Amino acid sequence: MSTAGEPSGDVTGEVITAAADGQGAGPALAPVHETFTITEDRPLTLDSGRTLAPVQVAYQTHGELNGDKSNAILVCHALTGDQFMAGRNLVTDRPGWWETMVGPGLTLDTDRFYVICANVLGGCMGTTGPKDIDTATGKPYGLNFPVITIADMVRLQKRLIDHLGIEQLFCVTGGSMGGMQVLQWAANYPDQVYVAAPIATAARHSAQNIGFHEVGRQAIMADPNWHGGDYYAHGVVPQRGLAVARMAAHITYLSEAALQHKFDRNLQDRTKVSFGFDADFQVESYLRHQGSSFVDRFDANSYLYITRAMDYFDLAAEYDGALANAFRDTETEFCIVSFTSDWLYPTAENKAVVRALNAAAAKVSFVEVESDKGHDAFLLDEREMFTTLGGFLHAAAHRRGLGQRQSPGHARP
Amino acid sequence: MNRPIDLSVPKLRLGGIRPDFPIIAGMVPSGTRVLDIGCGDGDLLQFLQLEREVDGRGMELSQDGVNASVARGLAVVQGDADADLVDYPNGAFDVVILSQSLQVLHYPRLVLEQMLRIGHSAIVSFPNFGYWRVRWALALRGRMPLTSDLPVPWYDTANIHLCTILDFLALCQDMDLHIEQGLTLGRRGNVKAIGAAPGRANLFGEQGVFLLQKR
Repeated sequence: MSTAGEPSGDVTGEVITAAADGQGAGPALAPVHETFTITEDRPLTLDSGRTLAPVQVAYQTHGELNGDKSNAILVCHALTGDQFMAGRNLVTDRPGWWETMVGPGLTLDTDRFYVICANVLGGCMGTTGPKDIDTATGKPYGLNFPVITIADMVRLQKRLIDHLGIEQLFCVTGGSMGGMQVLQWAANYPDQVYVAAPIATAARHSAQNIGFHEVGRQAIMADPNWHGGDYYAHGVVPQRGLAVARMAAHITYLSEAALQHKFDRNLQDRTKVSFGFDADFQVESYLRHQGSSFVDRFDANSYLYITRAMDYFDLAAEYDGALANAFRDTETEFCIVSFTSDWLYPTAENKAVVRALNAAAAKVSFVEVESDKGHDAFLLDEREMFTTLGGFLHAAAHRRGLGQRQSPGHARP
Repeated sequence: MNRPIDLSVPKLRLGGIRPDFPIIAGMVPSGTRVLDIGCGDGDLLQFLQLEREVDGRGMELSQDGVNASVARGLAVVQGDADADLVDYPNGAFDVVILSQSLQVLHYPRLVLEQMLRIGHSAIVSFPNFGYWRVRWALALRGRMPLTSDLPVPWYDTANIHLCTILDFLALCQDMDLHIEQGLTLGRRGNVKAIGAAPGRANLFGEQGVFLLQKR
C-alpha cells in the first residue's frame, strides 16, 4: 500500500501500447499511452503569473470513447501517483495504483467508459516537471520550475480534454490530491463535469497536513546531494532526504490500528533487540523499504513542487472565502466518500465539502466507509466504496443514456 | 443501523407502496425542494419524484440505505438527524419530511426545530402510542405492548421516544407551531382528519401524519 503508483525515470514521447492485462471479464483492450504537447504559441498560464511552454502531458487511457464522446471519465492521481492507474506500469513494471477500481466490469468499467489518467503538471512520469529540460537554458529546470497549484494541474488537464474533443466529462474522480483536482474541476469548469466523485479529500490543506509536508521538504533540502535543487548537474540524487520524506508521509497514509495490526512490536529477523540503531522492529524495516523503493521512481524536486501545490490549495479562498460560492448554480452531481480511520483527510474535511454543496443546493451524496486502513483505504479493496461509487455511476450513466457496454467502432482522437 | 424495525413499516402495502406515502405526497406541492430525513432505501423520495416531480434530497444513517438510494440516482447523504441537520442552511427546502423516525431520535424537539429552520414546512409521521390496541395491551397485561406493530421487546427496540397523538399536539402547542394539516391512518389504510376530536383520533388512529409550519 502506498499513496501513489510506482515508477521513476523517463517515459518516451511516443505512443506505446502495453499488453492487455486480461483482468476481469471478457477480453480487455490494452491501455493506450500517449503524450500531448502544449507549444510556445499557446503557453500554459499559471496562478503564479508565469507562463510555461512547451508542456508535455503523459496520459493513459482505457476503454473506448463513444461516438458522441459522452462516456469519458477523468481520473486524477494523488501526490506520488501517476498515469498508470491500471495495467502494467511501464516504468516500474508493477501493477497500476487503482487496479481495484479501473478495469473491465469494475467500478470504473472500461467496457463501458473511456477512462483517462494524466500525470500531473510538475510530475516525473512523462508530464513536464522540474527534472525536464528548460528550453530557455538547455538544462533541467530544477528550482527554476515555476511554483504550481492544483488549479494549474487542472488547467493542463483541461487543455488535454479539449484536445481530445471531449465537451463534457461524464465523471471526474480521484482520491486525496486527486480529490482536490476533482473539486477544482467542478468549481472552475462546472459545465464540463457531469458528475464528480472526490474521495478522501479536503477543500483545503490543514495546518497539520502542511506541517507534515514541510517535514518532508526539509528532509530533502537537508540532504547534501540536493545541491539547491540542481542535483541533476551533479549526477546524484538526494536519496536519503527523499526516503525520509516518504517514510514520514507513509505513516500519515495509514492508521494506528493498521500499523498495530500489521506490525505490533514484532522484531525483524531477530529474537531480541540489538541495543543499536539497526531496524530492530518490523515497522522500521517496512518504512525503510518504503523510503528506499520510492527514491527509485520519484524525483525529489517533483515532491517539493507537488506538496507545495497541495499546501497552497484552499478552494474557498478563491471564491471570497465561502466554499459554497465555488459551487454556486452547479448542475454537477457529487458523490463524496470518506473513511473512518483517515486522519490525513478526515471525515470532517469531507463533510465540510458536503455542507458547502448543500448550501449551494447542489445534488450531493456522501458516505463514510468504515475502515481501519487509514487514508490509503481509497486505494485498497474497500467493498463499500465500490458499492457506493458503482451505484452512483450506474444511475448517472443511465440518466446520460450510456448503455451497459460500448460497441466497438468509436472515435479515438 | 438504527432503523426503527418495529413500528416503521406498516404491514399493509397498497400496490407496493407504503400507505402513508400517498398521504405525504398529498401534502407536498409539485416541483418543490424536499429533504427526507431517515430516507432508508429512498422509497418515499422516489415516490415523490414520480408523483410530485420534487427536487429531492435524503439523509440516512445506514450505509446500506445510502447505497441503495444512491444506486437509484437519488442524492443522499449519510448522516444522523440528531447531529447533522445543523449543516443545512436556513430555508434550503420547501418541505422537510420525517417519516416514521421521530420515535428513534435522541432529541425529537430539537430536530423539529431544525426541520422548520431549514424548511418552510415539515411533515412528520409517527406511530401513535395512544392507539387503543397499544393501550389495551398495556392496561390488560401490565407489560410493554407486543403487538403486530410493536413486535420488538422493550430492551431491543430502537424506539426511545414514543408518544401519543395528544402528546405530539401538546408539543406543537408548546413550540407554537401551526398545524396546517393533521391526519390519522387506521389499520386498514383509512385516512381521517384529526379535526376537533383529537381524543378520538388518539384512540383510533394507528399513525399520525402532520403538516407543520412556523407561526
